[in-house]
Amino acid sequence: MYLNRKSSYGTVYAIESLEVVLIAAAFDQDVSLAFIDDGVFQIVNGQNTDGIGMKNFSKTFHALGDYDINKLYVSKESLDERGLNEDDIMPLVYEDEDDDWAEKPSVKVVSNAELSLIMSEQDVCLSF
Amino acid sequence: MKFSIQINEGPYQHQASDTAYQFAKAAIEKGHEIFRVFFYHDGVNNASNFTVPPQDDRNVVKLWAELKQSDGSDIDKVVCVAAALRRGMLDESEAGKNSIEGHNIHPSFRISGLGQLIEAGIQSDRLVVFGD
Amino acid sequence: MLHTVNKSSFERNSLQSCINIIDDNSVILLIEDGVISCTNNANSEMIAGLAEDGRVYALQGDVDARGISSKVADNIKLVDYAEFVDLVVEHGTPVSWV
Repeated sequence: MYLNRKSSYGTVYAIESLEVVLIAAAFDQDVSLAFIDDGVFQIVNGQNTDGIGMKNFSKTFHALGDYDINKLYVSKESLDERGLNEDDIMPLVYEDEDDDWAEKPSVKVVSNAELSLIMSEQDVCLSF
Repeated sequence: MKFSIQINEGPYQHQASDTAYQFAKAAIEKGHEIFRVFFYHDGVNNASNFTVPPQDDRNVVKLWAELKQSDGSDIDKVVCVAAALRRGMLDESEAGKNSIEGHNIHPSFRISGLGQLIEAGIQSDRLVVFGD
Repeated sequence: MLHTVNKSSFERNSLQSCINIIDDNSVILLIEDGVISCTNNANSEMIAGLAEDGRVYALQGDVDARGISSKVADNIKLVDYAEFVDLVVEHGTPVSWV
Protein backbone atom coordinates (compact mmCIF):
# COMPACT_ATOMS: atom_id res chain seq x y z
CA MET A 1 0.00 0.00 0.00
CA TYR A 2 1.15 3.50 -0.81
CA LEU A 3 0.03 5.95 1.84
CA ASN A 4 -0.47 9.53 0.66
CA ARG A 5 -1.27 12.19 3.25
CA LYS A 6 0.11 15.34 1.68
CA SER A 7 -1.30 17.46 -1.11
CA SER A 8 0.47 18.02 -4.41
CA TYR A 9 2.82 20.87 -5.32
CA GLY A 10 3.53 22.23 -1.82
CA THR A 11 6.06 19.45 -1.38
CA VAL A 12 7.56 16.82 -3.68
CA TYR A 13 6.11 13.80 -1.92
CA ALA A 14 3.03 13.43 -4.11
CA ILE A 15 4.79 13.27 -7.47
CA GLU A 16 7.66 11.14 -6.21
CA SER A 17 5.30 8.67 -4.57
CA LEU A 18 3.43 8.36 -7.88
CA GLU A 19 6.74 7.58 -9.57
CA VAL A 20 7.23 4.68 -7.16
CA VAL A 21 3.72 3.40 -7.88
CA LEU A 22 4.37 3.40 -11.62
CA ILE A 23 7.55 1.38 -11.14
CA ALA A 24 5.72 -0.99 -8.81
CA ALA A 25 3.29 -1.71 -11.63
CA ALA A 26 6.09 -3.51 -13.46
CA PHE A 27 6.63 -5.90 -10.56
CA ASP A 28 3.27 -7.64 -10.73
CA GLN A 29 2.40 -6.70 -7.15
CA ASP A 30 -1.00 -6.18 -5.60
CA VAL A 31 -0.89 -2.40 -5.33
CA SER A 32 -3.26 -0.16 -3.38
CA LEU A 33 -3.08 3.58 -2.86
CA ALA A 34 -4.59 5.28 0.16
CA PHE A 35 -5.37 9.00 0.18
CA ILE A 36 -5.86 10.36 3.68
CA ASP A 37 -5.80 13.87 5.18
CA ASP A 38 -4.51 16.37 2.62
CA GLY A 39 -3.51 13.46 0.37
CA VAL A 40 -7.06 13.54 -1.00
CA PHE A 41 -6.12 16.74 -2.86
CA GLN A 42 -3.71 14.74 -5.04
CA ILE A 43 -6.64 13.40 -7.04
CA VAL A 44 -8.98 16.37 -7.02
CA ASN A 45 -10.32 17.08 -10.50
CA GLY A 46 -9.46 20.22 -12.46
CA GLN A 47 -5.90 20.89 -11.34
CA ASN A 48 -4.29 23.70 -13.33
CA THR A 49 -0.67 24.53 -12.63
CA ASP A 50 -0.16 27.19 -15.30
CA GLY A 51 0.04 29.91 -12.73
CA ILE A 52 2.78 28.31 -10.64
CA GLY A 53 5.09 27.05 -13.37
CA MET A 54 5.07 23.47 -12.14
CA LYS A 55 4.27 20.29 -14.02
CA ASN A 56 0.66 19.19 -13.67
CA PHE A 57 1.25 15.54 -12.99
CA SER A 58 -2.32 14.77 -11.96
CA LYS A 59 -2.98 13.50 -15.48
CA THR A 60 -0.59 10.64 -14.74
CA PHE A 61 -3.14 9.17 -12.37
CA HIS A 62 -5.27 8.35 -15.42
CA ALA A 63 -2.57 5.96 -16.60
CA LEU A 64 -2.73 3.81 -13.49
CA GLY A 65 -5.68 1.83 -14.80
CA ASP A 66 -3.65 0.73 -17.82
CA TYR A 67 -1.10 -0.76 -15.42
CA ASP A 68 -3.69 -2.71 -13.42
CA ILE A 69 -3.49 -0.29 -10.53
CA ASN A 70 -7.13 0.15 -9.74
CA LYS A 71 -7.41 0.24 -5.97
CA LEU A 72 -7.31 3.88 -4.99
CA TYR A 73 -8.89 4.30 -1.57
CA VAL A 74 -9.94 7.77 -0.47
CA SER A 75 -10.89 8.53 3.12
CA LYS A 76 -14.45 9.83 3.31
CA GLU A 77 -13.73 11.55 6.60
CA SER A 78 -10.77 13.35 5.06
CA LEU A 79 -12.95 14.51 2.16
CA ASP A 80 -15.71 15.72 4.47
CA GLU A 81 -13.33 17.64 6.72
CA ARG A 82 -12.02 19.47 3.69
CA GLY A 83 -15.38 20.30 2.15
CA LEU A 84 -14.89 17.82 -0.69
CA ASN A 85 -17.05 14.99 -1.97
CA GLU A 86 -16.82 12.14 -4.44
CA ASP A 87 -17.75 14.41 -7.34
CA ASP A 88 -14.61 16.47 -6.76
CA ILE A 89 -12.38 13.45 -7.38
CA MET A 90 -10.87 12.69 -10.79
CA PRO A 91 -12.90 10.08 -12.67
CA LEU A 92 -10.15 7.45 -12.77
CA VAL A 93 -11.12 4.18 -14.42
CA TYR A 94 -9.75 0.81 -15.43
CA GLU A 95 -10.95 -1.90 -17.77
CA ASP A 96 -11.88 -5.09 -15.98
CA GLU A 97 -10.56 -7.99 -18.06
CA ASP A 98 -12.69 -10.38 -15.99
CA ASP A 99 -15.84 -8.54 -16.98
CA ASP A 100 -15.50 -8.20 -20.72
CA TRP A 101 -13.22 -5.15 -20.32
CA ALA A 102 -16.02 -3.13 -18.76
CA GLU A 103 -14.85 0.28 -17.61
CA LYS A 104 -15.03 0.63 -13.84
CA PRO A 105 -14.01 3.29 -11.33
CA SER A 106 -10.61 2.85 -9.71
CA VAL A 107 -11.38 5.26 -6.88
CA LYS A 108 -13.25 3.93 -3.89
CA VAL A 109 -14.34 6.35 -1.21
CA VAL A 110 -14.20 4.44 2.05
CA SER A 111 -14.66 5.15 5.72
CA ASN A 112 -11.70 5.24 8.06
CA ALA A 113 -13.01 1.99 9.54
CA GLU A 114 -12.87 0.32 6.14
CA LEU A 115 -9.43 1.80 5.52
CA SER A 116 -8.27 0.32 8.80
CA LEU A 117 -9.25 -3.13 7.61
CA ILE A 118 -7.63 -2.63 4.23
CA MET A 119 -4.45 -1.42 5.87
CA SER A 120 -4.28 -4.41 8.18
CA GLU A 121 -4.31 -6.69 5.14
CA GLN A 122 -1.22 -5.16 3.56
CA ASP A 123 2.22 -6.80 3.59
CA VAL A 124 4.06 -3.53 3.14
CA CYS A 125 3.07 0.08 3.57
CA LEU A 126 5.20 2.79 2.01
CA SER A 127 4.71 6.32 3.31
CA PHE A 128 5.87 9.47 1.62
CA MET B 1 14.92 -11.33 9.86
CA LYS B 2 15.72 -9.31 6.77
CA PHE B 3 15.02 -5.60 7.21
CA SER B 4 14.93 -2.88 4.61
CA ILE B 5 14.78 0.79 5.39
CA GLN B 6 13.50 3.72 3.34
CA ILE B 7 14.77 7.19 4.24
CA ASN B 8 12.87 10.14 2.87
CA GLU B 9 14.80 13.07 4.29
CA GLY B 10 18.30 14.47 4.11
CA PRO B 11 20.78 14.62 6.97
CA TYR B 12 20.49 17.28 9.67
CA GLN B 13 17.32 18.92 8.33
CA HIS B 14 15.21 16.13 9.80
CA GLN B 15 15.85 13.41 12.34
CA ALA B 16 14.72 10.68 9.93
CA SER B 17 18.19 9.58 8.91
CA ASP B 18 19.44 9.57 12.50
CA THR B 19 16.52 7.47 13.72
CA ALA B 20 16.92 5.13 10.78
CA TYR B 21 20.60 4.72 11.55
CA GLN B 22 19.97 3.95 15.23
CA PHE B 23 17.28 1.49 14.21
CA ALA B 24 19.55 -0.22 11.67
CA LYS B 25 22.38 -0.42 14.19
CA ALA B 26 20.06 -1.95 16.80
CA ALA B 27 18.71 -4.46 14.29
CA ILE B 28 22.22 -5.52 13.35
CA GLU B 29 23.21 -5.86 17.01
CA LYS B 30 20.23 -8.16 17.49
CA GLY B 31 21.49 -10.38 14.69
CA HIS B 32 19.14 -9.22 11.93
CA GLU B 33 20.24 -8.54 8.38
CA ILE B 34 19.79 -5.21 6.64
CA PHE B 35 18.78 -6.20 3.11
CA ARG B 36 18.85 -2.65 1.76
CA VAL B 37 18.71 0.98 2.80
CA PHE B 38 16.96 3.02 0.12
CA PHE B 39 17.32 6.78 0.02
CA TYR B 40 14.44 8.63 -1.60
CA HIS B 41 13.21 12.25 -1.88
CA ASP B 42 15.73 14.48 -0.08
CA GLY B 43 17.09 11.32 1.53
CA VAL B 44 19.51 11.12 -1.40
CA ASN B 45 21.51 13.87 0.31
CA ASN B 46 22.61 11.33 2.90
CA ALA B 47 25.01 10.10 0.24
CA SER B 48 26.85 13.37 -0.33
CA ASN B 49 30.60 13.01 -0.41
CA PHE B 50 31.01 16.70 0.32
CA THR B 51 29.40 17.23 3.70
CA VAL B 52 31.59 18.86 6.33
CA PRO B 53 29.64 18.82 9.58
CA PRO B 54 30.99 20.49 12.73
CA GLN B 55 33.69 18.47 14.46
CA ASP B 56 31.68 18.14 17.66
CA ASP B 57 28.63 16.68 15.97
CA ARG B 58 27.87 13.38 14.31
CA ASN B 59 28.82 12.90 10.66
CA VAL B 60 25.67 11.30 9.26
CA VAL B 61 27.15 10.36 5.89
CA LYS B 62 30.17 8.78 7.56
CA LEU B 63 27.97 6.87 10.01
CA TRP B 64 26.04 5.30 7.16
CA ALA B 65 29.22 4.70 5.16
CA GLU B 66 30.83 2.82 8.04
CA LEU B 67 27.82 0.78 9.22
CA LYS B 68 28.34 -2.91 8.52
CA GLN B 69 26.31 -6.10 8.81
CA SER B 70 26.97 -8.28 11.85
CA ASP B 71 29.43 -10.37 9.83
CA GLY B 72 31.36 -7.27 8.76
CA SER B 73 30.07 -7.23 5.19
CA ASP B 74 28.81 -4.09 3.50
CA ILE B 75 25.23 -2.88 3.65
CA ASP B 76 23.55 -2.20 0.32
CA LYS B 77 22.83 1.53 0.38
CA VAL B 78 20.92 2.64 -2.69
CA VAL B 79 20.24 6.21 -3.79
CA CYS B 80 17.29 6.63 -6.13
CA VAL B 81 18.58 7.81 -9.48
CA ALA B 82 15.57 9.96 -10.37
CA ALA B 83 15.49 11.70 -6.99
CA ALA B 84 19.26 12.08 -7.04
CA LEU B 85 19.51 13.64 -10.49
CA ARG B 86 16.74 16.09 -9.67
CA ARG B 87 18.70 17.22 -6.61
CA GLY B 88 22.14 17.35 -8.18
CA MET B 89 23.50 14.18 -6.66
CA LEU B 90 25.49 12.33 -9.29
CA ASP B 91 27.98 9.52 -9.37
CA GLU B 92 30.74 9.44 -11.96
CA SER B 93 28.63 7.54 -14.48
CA GLU B 94 25.63 9.86 -14.28
CA ALA B 95 27.87 12.92 -14.40
CA GLY B 96 29.45 11.58 -17.59
CA LYS B 97 26.09 10.79 -19.19
CA ASN B 98 24.88 14.30 -18.47
CA SER B 99 28.15 16.06 -19.33
CA ILE B 100 28.51 17.46 -15.85
CA GLU B 101 31.92 18.07 -14.40
CA GLY B 102 32.38 16.50 -11.01
CA HIS B 103 30.37 14.00 -9.05
CA ASN B 104 29.39 13.86 -5.43
CA ILE B 105 28.05 10.48 -4.35
CA HIS B 106 30.05 8.89 -1.54
CA PRO B 107 31.62 5.66 -2.85
CA SER B 108 29.89 3.45 -0.28
CA PHE B 109 26.49 4.26 -1.81
CA ARG B 110 25.26 3.22 -5.23
CA ILE B 111 22.77 4.91 -7.53
CA SER B 112 19.95 2.80 -8.89
CA GLY B 113 16.29 2.84 -9.82
CA LEU B 114 13.06 2.66 -7.86
CA GLY B 115 12.87 -1.02 -8.70
CA GLN B 116 15.39 -1.53 -5.91
CA LEU B 117 12.87 -0.14 -3.42
CA ILE B 118 10.10 -2.38 -4.72
CA GLU B 119 12.43 -5.37 -4.62
CA ALA B 120 13.36 -4.48 -1.04
CA GLY B 121 9.69 -4.53 -0.10
CA ILE B 122 9.28 -7.94 -1.72
CA GLN B 123 12.45 -9.59 -0.47
CA SER B 124 12.56 -8.26 3.08
CA ASP B 125 10.60 -9.48 6.05
CA ARG B 126 10.12 -5.92 7.25
CA LEU B 127 10.42 -2.54 5.52
CA VAL B 128 10.50 0.52 7.75
CA VAL B 129 10.03 4.06 6.44
CA PHE B 130 11.59 7.10 8.09
CA GLY B 131 10.51 10.53 6.90
CA ASP B 132 9.09 13.85 7.85
CA MET C 1 -0.10 -3.59 13.44
CA LEU C 2 2.54 -1.13 14.55
CA HIS C 3 2.13 2.53 13.69
CA THR C 4 4.90 5.06 14.14
CA VAL C 5 4.18 8.76 14.60
CA ASN C 6 7.12 11.14 14.41
CA LYS C 7 5.46 14.53 14.78
CA SER C 8 4.02 16.31 17.77
CA SER C 9 0.23 16.49 17.91
CA PHE C 10 0.66 20.25 18.24
CA GLU C 11 2.51 20.49 14.95
CA ARG C 12 0.69 17.98 12.74
CA ASN C 13 -2.48 15.97 12.73
CA SER C 14 -0.57 12.72 12.15
CA LEU C 15 -1.34 11.29 15.58
CA GLN C 16 -5.06 12.04 15.34
CA SER C 17 -5.22 10.64 11.81
CA CYS C 18 -3.43 7.53 12.96
CA ILE C 19 -5.81 7.07 15.87
CA ASN C 20 -8.80 7.56 13.58
CA ILE C 21 -7.73 4.62 11.45
CA ILE C 22 -5.96 2.05 13.62
CA ASP C 23 -7.79 -1.11 14.59
CA ASP C 24 -8.23 -2.65 18.03
CA ASN C 25 -5.07 -4.71 17.76
CA SER C 26 -2.75 -1.93 16.66
CA VAL C 27 -0.13 -0.23 18.78
CA ILE C 28 1.45 3.19 18.37
CA LEU C 29 5.11 4.03 18.79
CA LEU C 30 5.91 7.72 19.21
CA ILE C 31 9.33 8.64 17.88
CA GLU C 32 11.28 11.85 17.27
CA ASP C 33 9.06 14.89 17.85
CA GLY C 34 6.15 12.51 18.21
CA VAL C 35 7.22 11.82 21.81
CA ILE C 36 5.95 15.28 22.71
CA SER C 37 2.52 13.70 22.58
CA CYS C 38 3.38 11.31 25.40
CA THR C 39 3.47 13.97 28.09
CA ASN C 40 0.51 15.29 30.06
CA ASN C 41 -0.65 18.13 27.87
CA ALA C 42 -3.69 19.71 26.24
CA ASN C 43 -3.88 16.85 23.74
CA SER C 44 -3.41 14.00 26.22
CA GLU C 45 -6.99 12.83 25.83
CA MET C 46 -6.11 11.73 22.31
CA ILE C 47 -4.09 8.75 23.46
CA ALA C 48 -5.13 8.33 27.09
CA GLY C 49 -7.48 5.45 26.36
CA LEU C 50 -4.99 3.64 24.16
CA ALA C 51 -2.23 4.15 26.70
CA GLU C 52 -4.44 2.65 29.40
CA ASP C 53 -4.77 -0.42 27.20
CA GLY C 54 -1.00 -0.63 27.01
CA ARG C 55 -0.93 0.24 23.34
CA VAL C 56 1.23 3.36 23.30
CA TYR C 57 5.01 3.26 23.27
CA ALA C 58 7.55 6.08 23.10
CA LEU C 59 11.21 6.02 22.21
CA GLN C 60 13.21 6.67 25.39
CA GLY C 61 16.10 8.34 23.58
CA ASP C 62 13.80 10.91 22.02
CA VAL C 63 12.05 11.54 25.36
CA ASP C 64 15.37 12.10 27.13
CA ALA C 65 16.68 14.30 24.32
CA ARG C 66 13.72 16.62 24.72
CA GLY C 67 14.05 16.86 28.50
CA ILE C 68 10.62 15.43 29.19
CA SER C 69 11.55 12.20 30.98
CA SER C 70 9.83 13.33 34.16
CA LYS C 71 6.67 14.35 32.34
CA VAL C 72 5.74 11.15 30.55
CA ALA C 73 2.08 10.34 31.10
CA ASP C 74 0.93 7.22 32.91
CA ASN C 75 0.86 3.97 31.00
CA ILE C 76 3.15 5.10 28.19
CA LYS C 77 5.74 2.36 27.69
CA LEU C 78 9.24 3.67 27.07
CA VAL C 79 11.41 1.60 24.75
CA ASP C 80 14.92 1.79 23.37
CA TYR C 81 15.94 1.17 19.74
CA ALA C 82 16.44 -2.55 20.36
CA GLU C 83 12.86 -2.79 21.62
CA PHE C 84 11.74 -0.72 18.61
CA VAL C 85 13.23 -3.46 16.46
CA ASP C 86 11.42 -6.07 18.53
CA LEU C 87 8.11 -4.24 18.04
CA VAL C 88 8.62 -4.34 14.28
CA VAL C 89 9.48 -8.04 14.42
CA GLU C 90 6.39 -8.74 16.52
CA HIS C 91 3.82 -6.57 14.74
CA GLY C 92 5.01 -6.66 11.14
CA THR C 93 6.02 -3.91 8.77
CA PRO C 94 4.86 -0.67 10.40
CA VAL C 95 2.77 2.13 8.97
CA SER C 96 4.81 5.32 9.28
CA TRP C 97 2.64 8.40 9.71
CA VAL C 98 5.15 10.82 8.24
